[in-house]
Amino acid sequence: MNAFWTLVKRDLLLALREGGATGTALGFYLIVIALMPLGLGPDMQLLARIAPGMLWVGLLLAALLSLGRMFDTDQDEGVLDVLAMGPLPLELVAAAKAVAHWISTCVPLAILSPLLGLMLNLDLAAYPVLIGTVLAGSPAISFLGGIGAALTLRSRRGGLLIALLVLPLYIPTLIFGIAAISAVVTPPGSLEASLLLLSAVTIASLAIGPIAAAAALRAQLG
Amino acid sequence: MEDRIAPDADTRPGLTVERLAVERGGRRVLSELSFEVAAGEALLLTGPNGAGKTTLLRTIAGFLAPASGRIALAGSSGEQPIAERAHYVGHTNAVRPTLTVEENASFWARYLGGSDGRVRPALDRFGLASLAAIPTGYLSAGQKRRLALARLLLAQRPLWLLDEPSASLDASSTRVLAGVLDGHVAAGGLVVAATHLDLGLARSRELRLGFAAGQA
Repeated sequence: MNAFWTLVKRDLLLALREGGATGTALGFYLIVIALMPLGLGPDMQLLARIAPGMLWVGLLLAALLSLGRMFDTDQDEGVLDVLAMGPLPLELVAAAKAVAHWISTCVPLAILSPLLGLMLNLDLAAYPVLIGTVLAGSPAISFLGGIGAALTLRSRRGGLLIALLVLPLYIPTLIFGIAAISAVVTPPGSLEASLLLLSAVTIASLAIGPIAAAAALRAQLG
Repeated sequence: MEDRIAPDADTRPGLTVERLAVERGGRRVLSELSFEVAAGEALLLTGPNGAGKTTLLRTIAGFLAPASGRIALAGSSGEQPIAERAHYVGHTNAVRPTLTVEENASFWARYLGGSDGRVRPALDRFGLASLAAIPTGYLSAGQKRRLALARLLLAQRPLWLLDEPSASLDASSTRVLAGVLDGHVAAGGLVVAATHLDLGLARSRELRLGFAAGQA
């Protein structure tokens, strides 16, 4: 377990030093949401109605941008070889990387999301639910994203390929995340049921993601 | 600073490779390869480019699955896979340019099961102590190589797998490397190194790999 947290800490330090990934994701999220009112016009009712969906779609796309970096710089420099020789099975290496990605990308995005909710005239009552759903749902973004990142490790310009592989897997998270917020903004709808299903999706991806990512990494080591 | 690897004769590690065959991209790179490396022995792999030196090292490290044959590392902790009882220093240095020399080293020390106390002596040994606070991206190729080699001293593992360890090292650093390898061997460790250059080891055996990939 020691090695696990050592790896998480190193990845967080690298994210801080190299900075680009988090900054790009936050900037992208901001711009996508800022463009919406410009594109759709100043109809406040319309914006409030589509805000949950917009915020979630924007967040998924923003988080997707930084997935490519999860393994590839380590692969380039041969770090992955040495990681494979440590006491951690590759499953836990993949999990550690996903945890670091979640902390360095998804948590900042979750913190930014209420601010962007203001721009879309999101109902004030929905803010706690917004942050809650993003925090509960976004680990799935990192853990499922790890599968895509590991699969596309060897392919040059794998960025777009990651999107094709991973975005379909995000659909359950997207649906239940939006459903939970909508339950508050436009009743009826059950907040509790949506939150539970969202958490279930997250827990399933915590279990499946690292195993699938490790299998992909093993194939890449050869 | 050398650790005794195997104080007890019964538990001395020994590497056995039996009738190994490895394929890469559908082509058989190694076949019917058998050899042994005993504790306290250094084996140098030589042979022309493409003879399978790197393939052999990566197979022993467990990155590649052999098509057939057996690789075993005897010793007290026989349960552990070879990967966890070996160091692998390949063509790449496994250092991150934005981390300092010391951060890179202490990460590997902790990750590979060594301790922070080993970092300073290891850097000292390879003449990197004065560069400890510098981001690795500013180092020369030879200095990065020395940092990669310092990893060998960060955690104690019996088997060292080295791929062209002296690449981009100057003469004095090569002598330091030879000293470290000799020390490891003298302490009962095993070294398997692919090399084109003379490492200047006190004692070593050579295994020449050819395209026909014969026996030792």
